[in-house]
Parts: sequence; C-alpha cells; structure tokens
Amino acid sequence: MKRKTITLLLMVAMLLVAVGAVMAQDAVTLEFSQWWEPELPAGEFRALMDEFEAQNPGITVELISGPYSTTRDQIVAGAATGTMSDVVGLDGAWVSDFVKQGSLASLSDLMVEAGYDDSELAAQIQLNGATYMIPVVNFVYPVFVNLDLMEAAGVMSPPSTRDEFAAAATAMTNPDNNVYGWVIPLSTEQPNGIQNDVMSWVWATGGSMMKDGLPNLVDNADVSSAMEYIKSLWDAGVVAPGAFAMREQDKVEEFTNGRVGMMVDTLAHINLIRERNPELNFAITALPAAEGYDGPRGLPYASWGIGVAENSENKAEAWKLVEFLMSADVNSRLSSIANAFPGNVNSTPDFVQTDELFAAAFEVFQAGYLANEFVGLPVAETLMREFEEPFQLYLDGDMTLDEFLTTAQDAWMAHFE
Amino acid sequence: MASITASTRERPPARLRIRKQLVPYAYLSPTLLLLAVLSLIPIATVFYYSLMDNVIITNVPPSFIGISNYAEILSDSNFLQALRNTLILAVASVIFHFILGLSFAVLLNTRLIGPGTRALFRVVYILPWVFTASIIAVLWRLLLNPNGVVNFLLISFGLAGEQIEWLSSRQIALASVVFINIWSGYPFYMVSFLAGLQGIPDDLYEAGKIDGANNLGLFRFITLPLLRPIIISLAMLDFIWTTHQFTLIWMTTGGGPVRASEVLSTYTYKLAFSSYEFSLASTTAMVILAMSTFVAVFYVRNQRLANE
Repeated sequence: MKRKTITLLLMVAMLLVAVGAVMAQDAVTLEFSQWWEPELPAGEFRALMDEFEAQNPGITVELISGPYSTTRDQIVAGAATGTMSDVVGLDGAWVSDFVKQGSLASLSDLMVEAGYDDSELAAQIQLNGATYMIPVVNFVYPVFVNLDLMEAAGVMSPPSTRDEFAAAATAMTNPDNNVYGWVIPLSTEQPNGIQNDVMSWVWATGGSMMKDGLPNLVDNADVSSAMEYIKSLWDAGVVAPGAFAMREQDKVEEFTNGRVGMMVDTLAHINLIRERNPELNFAITALPAAEGYDGPRGLPYASWGIGVAENSENKAEAWKLVEFLMSADVNSRLSSIANAFPGNVNSTPDFVQTDELFAAAFEVFQAGYLANEFVGLPVAETLMREFEEPFQLYLDGDMTLDEFLTTAQDAWMAHFE
Repeated sequence: MASITASTRERPPARLRIRKQLVPYAYLSPTLLLLAVLSLIPIATVFYYSLMDNVIITNVPPSFIGISNYAEILSDSNFLQALRNTLILAVASVIFHFILGLSFAVLLNTRLIGPGTRALFRVVYILPWVFTASIIAVLWRLLLNPNGVVNFLLISFGLAGEQIEWLSSRQIALASVVFINIWSGYPFYMVSFLAGLQGIPDDLYEAGKIDGANNLGLFRFITLPLLRPIIISLAMLDFIWTTHQFTLIWMTTGGGPVRASEVLSTYTYKLAFSSYEFSLASTTAMVILAMSTFVAVFYVRNQRLANE
C-alpha cells in the first residue's frame, strides 16, 4: 500500500513538473523599464499591467521603475551591454542615439507584422523612415500665471504677446518682497530649461532652430529675437535670482510658494501645485507670441514615449503591450491618471470635462501644435547644455548675441557632421 | 653514498611538490577571482575603451586609435578646468577637514566639560557625516537658495546688502561646493583624531609639563607627532575620496554655471551619459585612476612604514 502511494505521488510530481515545464516554455515575461510608475498614483500603473496580463494569458509584465534620470542611465547601460528591457520608456531626446547604436527595434516593422493600423496614433518619432518611439502621453508646457499677483500688479488678463508678458512681469516684480515676474531654470545638471523655457519662445512664434535637418541658430531672426527678448527680461531684473543653478522642480517650488508671477511649465504639475498650495489662484495660457504673429503657436511638450529593444526575444509580445497602452480606452485612462494629453487621437482624458484648468489647457493644445525640435536630434541633452553655457554668458553680458549664437551653432554642428 | 641515498628517498615526487606549491594559491583563489571580477577586468576594459574610438553607443565598429583620446582630453580646456577645480576642491577639503577635525577633536577631548555634555557635542558634531551626499546636497540647496536661510540671516544682520547667488554665480559656485564638501567631511577626521588623542598616554603630557612645556608646546611636540600616522593616512584617503566626489557637485551645481564648478567626475559623467562619448569618458576615468593611484602608492608606503 505504502509503495503504491509513493509511486502515485511520484507520478503526480512528474506530471506537475512536465506541465510546469510546458507552461514555462509558453510563458513570457516582459521587462518594462520606465519612470512612469513612480509619477502616477500608487498602484494605478500596475493595475493597467494586471489588466494586460489578464487579456494576454501567458504574458507577465515585470515593471522596472525608477526616477527619470536613473531610468535613462539604466537604459544606456542596457543598450551598451545588449541587456535592455524588452519594452522601454523613452524620452524623445534619447531616441536618435539609441537608433544610431541599433538598440531599438523598428516599430514600423512590428506594426506591419501585427497588422496594426497606425492611424490612431497622434504622433510617431521616426528616423530614417522607420518609427522607433511612440508618444504614449504628452505633457504640454503652457504658461502658468499667478492670478493674485497679476491682479495685485494691476494686470487685467494673462499676457498673450511678448510685450504684454514683459509688462506683466515688470508689474509683478517686487524684489523687496522677493517676488519676481518670471522664473527660468538654467541648471547645468538638467538643461531641459533650454527646451521648455527658452527655445519654446521661438516655437511659439512659429519659428525654428533647424533648417534642412541642420542647426540654424546664426542669422535666424526668430531665434535672435527670442534670445534678445529673454535678455531684455533678464536685464530688467524681472527674472527670479538663482536661475543658473535652478532646476525644473525649483522653478515649480518658486511658483507654488507665490514668489513668482509666471512660469512655463508642464501640465503634469497642476495637481502637485494644488496639493502644495491649495490657496494658490492660478490660470493657464498659451506661450506669448511676438507682436503681429497670428499663426498657430508651437507648444513645447515632453512625452512618455515607448519603444521595444532590438535585443528582445519577445518582440511580438512586447508590441502587444505597446498596442494595449495605445488603445483608445487604456490611453484615455492613462492620460487621465497622468494628467497628460493622449497619444491616441480617439482618446479623451476625463479631466478635460471635469477641470476648468485642464479644459483651458486643452484649448491651448488644440489651437496650436506640438513643437519640440530637440526630439530625435543626436545627443539632445548635450545640445541643450552646449546652448546653455554661452546663453548664460550672454545673459551675464560676457558675450554678444552673435558670439553666443555662433558658439552654440559651432558646438552643435560638430554633432551633425 | 649512504647520505645521498637517504636524501633521494626523502625528496617527494615532483607531482606532490607542485601540488604543495599550488595549495596557497588555491586558498587565495576566491579572493583573486573577486579582485579580477571587481577590479582588474573593469579597469582593463576601461583602459581598452580609452585606446579605442566608437565604443558602446555607436553603429560604427570600434577602432584602435592608441593614445589619441589622451591627447584630445589633455588638450581640452574644459578637462583642464575640471582638473584644476578638482585639485582646488581636494586640496582645500583636505586642509580644512584637517583643521576643523583636529580642532573639534581637541575640544571634545577636553576634561573641562562633563561626560554627558561631551557626548551631546559628539553627536552634534558628527551629524554632517551621518547624512548621505544626496541629503546634504538638498539641505544646502535649500540653505543657499537666494531666498534661503543663509541669505536671510546675512541680510537681517546687515552682513550682505542683497541676495547672494551662492550656487548660481560663476564667481562663488566653486567656493560654495568646497564649503559644503568641507562641512560634510570634517566629522570623519574628528572621530579619527579623537580616537588618536584618547590613545596618547597622559604620562607624556605630565612629563612635558615637568619639562616646562606650555599647552602649545605640548600640542606641537607631543600631540601632533603622535597623530602624524593618522594625519597622513586621513589626508591621503580624503584626497582620493574627494577627487571622486560626484553626487554632491552634481546635485548642487551640476558643474555649472558655465563649468565654474566642473570637476572630473561631473565632466566624465557628461561625456558618458549625455554625449555618449564612452571612449573619452574612459580616458578621463583612467586619468583619475592614475591620480588616485599616485596618492595611493604614498598611502601604502606610509602604512608600511607605520607598521614597521
């Protein structure tokens, strides 16, 4: 009897091992590196992944989450060693270099293989005719205006043109009370202020820093006028002090504490500002354009982009995850919890109907166009830094406008040869 | 003849002799393996990269270019500025760590205050060393903010007429990060000196007093000579650690404004993770390694002399 029981148990165990082995062969675990999960309400992103897993039996998603900069370093290291996660969160500024290295898979090919109709996608980041990144959600950067400071300064409405902005900033500035009209973060550690707070003035007037795919900073009236304009604000003393060591989070802190009248910032920070200072009365408006310009305004943006690693052995499954996140319903929900604008043209985030600030931002978004010329450029962060250094010298009066733009242009051109 | 026969009989076979000779290496092998994996292979790889062009993030096959990267780096004005700033940071930190560490250690070693008070001050003085570099950076960013506590106090007491941009001015950013590094590092000296001071026998001081030495004399001719091995060791270690300092600089100034506080570690990081110039980054890493090795050799020699 005992012998029979042991034999039976052994057979059951062998059966279980065999079934487990077969299941293990079919099961796929996708690694997904991104910085999104920590920036979303706790558990929300994991819940989406659970939903994906329920819809796709046999596929498990392992989230590798960290802060933005850590994620970037991890992805760089993964690209270097061929161990990049199957699916990766991407910033448009990184794409060119990873494509150059061949570490990102062509999403165009994966779409064709899966028979996917890409007409729903609001944007695709393409290089050499192939898509390598799809913006999942977009964070636009309008101007935030402290309405209490504005009214106290006797300014009737948020500025719409550069002259109005300068007048409002000057009126709001009161150094004795540590209040300034505008804030601009120019830290070398995070040079994205060049993209969001400086070059955005060029795009808001329909200008461009590029020409035929090459840098075009010198003898470019749009760039020159924007830089001269910022310098005029700097010289007028309406910019909050400490700009050269200031990062985006410091900028938001200054605005939230009511020490700054206006800032260019991402919509993603609206709830943060409300949480930190519920009393702050603020509005959102489009980035001011130069006088006389009435065309569509370029709106700077940053994306949570997504890509698939070339070294992934599960590209088809990885694409399923991308497709899931880009589907109209899921993209709407992700946009809603991220306070971002969707990457699917048929998605509508909840907050557009329920929150007047977001509704105003959505109007700004619809009236203009997304503009971020750093997306897809090689070593985009270095380009920003190489622009930032002579820009700081220009603001300090140690370089002329021509010297500054020529220095930046020469530095940039070295990366395009 | 008999003795020759006996000797031949006692001599173990060659196989056994070789095995016997290899036994010590077998015991050492785990450590040697760890050393190879954790130090030798990474260093050799970085050295290899420093001699190549187009490595890691590139679609062009790597090519051997000899010492060209070294020539390029050593003629780069930004590198030379980073090197200069690193030396200023390291030398100033070592000097002030020594002065502050020794001063506080002597104060804490006094018998003029009770043990309870002494313990309390020890805790207070050691606090900067307890914080991680990230916390220190955040703390000092807040303190040195143009609207921060430091400027508030300076202006309130009439010591400054306007807000000082401690971290965002090209003129004082480096001095500010040097100060922060000094603040964060002196407790290590203090604790080490305190341990050293407590190890000096009282008899020596009593003998000195009988010989007519005043307090300064006792300090100069008894305390300092007996602390000398600790001083040299700490100075050398501190110099090496400070040349590697990254987090503090990166999180306070990022090496700016306009590279005013750029040090070798931030310069290397930007080359690697922003410009993806891994060959040049490896080259600067090798230069830093050479500097550290140079100091480390003196450290080891000093340790050997101390042991003898």
